[in-house]
Amino acid sequence: MAQLELQRLTKRYGEFAAVHDVTLAVKEGEFLVLLGPSGCGKTTTLRMIAGFVAPTSGVIRLGGRDITLLPPWKRNTGLVFQSYALFPHLTVAQNVAFGLEMRSLSRAEIEARVAETLRLVRLEGYGERLPRQLSGGQQQRVALARALAIRPDLLLLDEPLSNLDAKLREQVRVEIRELQHELRITTVMVTHDQEEALTMADRLVVMSDGAVRQIGTQRELYESPTDRFVAEFVGRSTFLAGRVEGPGLFRTEGGLAIRCGSDVASGRGSLALRPERLSLSDRPIAGLDNNLPGRVDLVSYLGAALDVRVRLSASDRVVVQLPNRANGETPVEGATMYVGWPATAGLVFPEAARSSGEVQD
Amino acid sequence: MLAVALRDSRRVGRWALRAAAGASLGFILLPLIFVIWLAFFQNEIVSFPPEGYTLRWFRAIFDQNKFVDGFVVSIQTGVVATLLGLALGVPAALALARRRFVGREWINTLLLAPLVVPGVVLGTSIYVFHIEAEIATSLPIIGSLGGLIAAHTLVVIPWCVRLVSASLVGLDRATEEAAQNLGATPLVTFFRVTLPAIRPGIVAGALFGFVMSFGNLEMSLFLVGPGRTTLPIAILQYLEWKLDPTIAAVSVLQIAIIGAAMIVTDRYVKLARVV
Repeated sequence: MAQLELQRLTKRYGEFAAVHDVTLAVKEGEFLVLLGPSGCGKTTTLRMIAGFVAPTSGVIRLGGRDITLLPPWKRNTGLVFQSYALFPHLTVAQNVAFGLEMRSLSRAEIEARVAETLRLVRLEGYGERLPRQLSGGQQQRVALARALAIRPDLLLLDEPLSNLDAKLREQVRVEIRELQHELRITTVMVTHDQEEALTMADRLVVMSDGAVRQIGTQRELYESPTDRFVAEFVGRSTFLAGRVEGPGLFRTEGGLAIRCGSDVASGRGSLALRPERLSLSDRPIAGLDNNLPGRVDLVSYLGAALDVRVRLSASDRVVVQLPNRANGETPVEGATMYVGWPATAGLVFPEAARSSGEVQD
Repeated sequence: MLAVALRDSRRVGRWALRAAAGASLGFILLPLIFVIWLAFFQNEIVSFPPEGYTLRWFRAIFDQNKFVDGFVVSIQTGVVATLLGLALGVPAALALARRRFVGREWINTLLLAPLVVPGVVLGTSIYVFHIEAEIATSLPIIGSLGGLIAAHTLVVIPWCVRLVSASLVGLDRATEEAAQNLGATPLVTFFRVTLPAIRPGIVAGALFGFVMSFGNLEMSLFLVGPGRTTLPIAILQYLEWKLDPTIAAVSVLQIAIIGAAMIVTDRYVKLARVV
C-alpha cells in the first residue's frame, strides 16, 4: 500500500506555477528521491508534504489519511533540514528529546529513546555537547537522530548532504541508505546531485519547471528516458540533431545516416548516444549496426576512463568513453578512427533542434 | 623609496589614530574620575588640594529624604517602564523583522524616533498632551507616576526594538520550522526556540532601556509632580542651593548602578556586538 500519495499537487505564486500537477505514490519502506535542477519545484513539493507550504490545489495523503490541510505539527513527519536547524541553545540529547517532549512521553521513556537513537547514529557519549561543539558530519547525524526519534510516518531529507565535504558525503550517503533500509522507514529525499540520487534511491522522480518528467528506477531512467531532459539530466549523452527518414533510419544535419532502434516514424529530432555505449577502433567493428569514420579531436584523461571526442562530420561530434585498461592504447589526436554502436544504443527524441554534437553533463 | 614613504605614512597614521582615541577616552573618563575623587573630599567647599578624605558624604545622602525618595521613584519608573517597553518592543521587533505590511518602514522609523527627538521637546509635548488629556478626561494625569512611566516607556521602546531586531538577524528560521515539524505549536515554538535565541537581545534591550530611563533628566523635568521627583531631578534641585561633595557621592552611586547593569548585560551579550 502506498504510504504517501500526492494527487495533482499544485502550488502557484500568482501566475507562476512552482509545482504543477504532481502525482506520485511512495510505497511503505521505499526511498524515493526527487531529482532536478534548482528551481524545479522539488523543495516546494517537500515543504508541502511537511506542511510549511499550503498547496494551491491537490491532495496529500499519508498512511491513507488526507493531511493536505493539517498544520506541520500534526503531521508526524521527520524533516532533516539542509542547514540541519539544530537548536543551538540545547544539548544534543535535548535536541533529540524535543519531539518526544512534544508527544508528552514519560521522562524514562524519553531518556531510553534518546539513548537508543543516538546509538543508532553512532553518537553515544555526545549527548551533553552543544551543537556548535560538533563537526558538520556529527551535526548532520544529530539532525537525523532528532527526526528519527519521533518515529515519523515519513522521513523527509532536504539536500541533507550538501553541506558536507566530498569525502564525507560519500560515506554518509551509504550510512543513511543502510539506516533507512534497516528501519524500513518510508523516505522522500530532495537533491540536485544525480550521483547522490542514483546511489540512495529505490526510485527517482525527475522534475523540471515544477512538473514531473519521469518516475522510475535508476535503470529505467538511464536506459529508457522518456524525454530529452531526462536523458540529459541522468547520466551523459551526446545529442545529434537531424531527422528521422524512415523506420530505424536517422539522418543528421551533417548528412550521416545512422541506424537506430527508434519507433518515431518521421520528423525532426535528436539522437542521444551514451558515451560508454560507443566503441572506438582502427577499422569497422563487425556486428555493429553503425560504423562511422571520424577524426579524433580531443582526448581527455579522467583516471578511470578516457573521454575521446570524435568528429564524424562538419557538424556532428560524439563523445566516446573508453575504460582505462592497463594495456589499452590511447587514441592519438588527429588520427582517423571508427566509432561503432548497435542500433539499440541510439534513442531518438522528437522536436527540439539544438546545436548537435556537444555533451550535456 | 615609495615603500619607505608609504610605511612611514602608515606609522604616522597609526599614531595619530591612537592619539585621537586616547584623547577621546580621556575626555570621556576625566569628568567621571573627578566626580568619584570629589566624593571623598573632606572639605565642604570643594577646593584643591583636598584637606583629607572622608566617607561622610555618602552617609549624608541618606539624611536627605529627597535623594532616597528620588532614588525609589527612579527605580520604580525605570523597572515598570522597561517591562512595558519589552512587552511592546519585542512583538514589534518580531513583526518588523518577519512580516511585510503596508507602512512597515514608517512604523520602524516611528519606533526609533524617541532616540532622535531632543528630551526637552519630548518633555514639552508630552506635558502639553497630559494637560489636554486631563482636561478631556478629568483624570489626574499631570505629574502622576503613571504619566511619568508612560513617558519613560517611550524612551525604552527604541532600545528594545533595536536590540531585539539585531538578535533576530542571527536566528535561523529553519530552527522554528524544525520545532513545528517535531510537533511544537507556534506558541510552544516561540517559548522554546525563538525566545531563547533572542534572549541576549532582550536582556541588552532591557538594561539599556533601564539605564536610559534611570538617567533621564530633560524629559522628566516636565512630568514630575510636587513631592515626587526622580533622582536626577533631586540632584539638580539640590545643586540650586548647595554645592558640596554630597552631589558627587550621589553621582558615584548612580555610576555604580549603571556600571553594574552594564557588566551584568555584558555577561549575557557582548555589548561591543550590539552597540
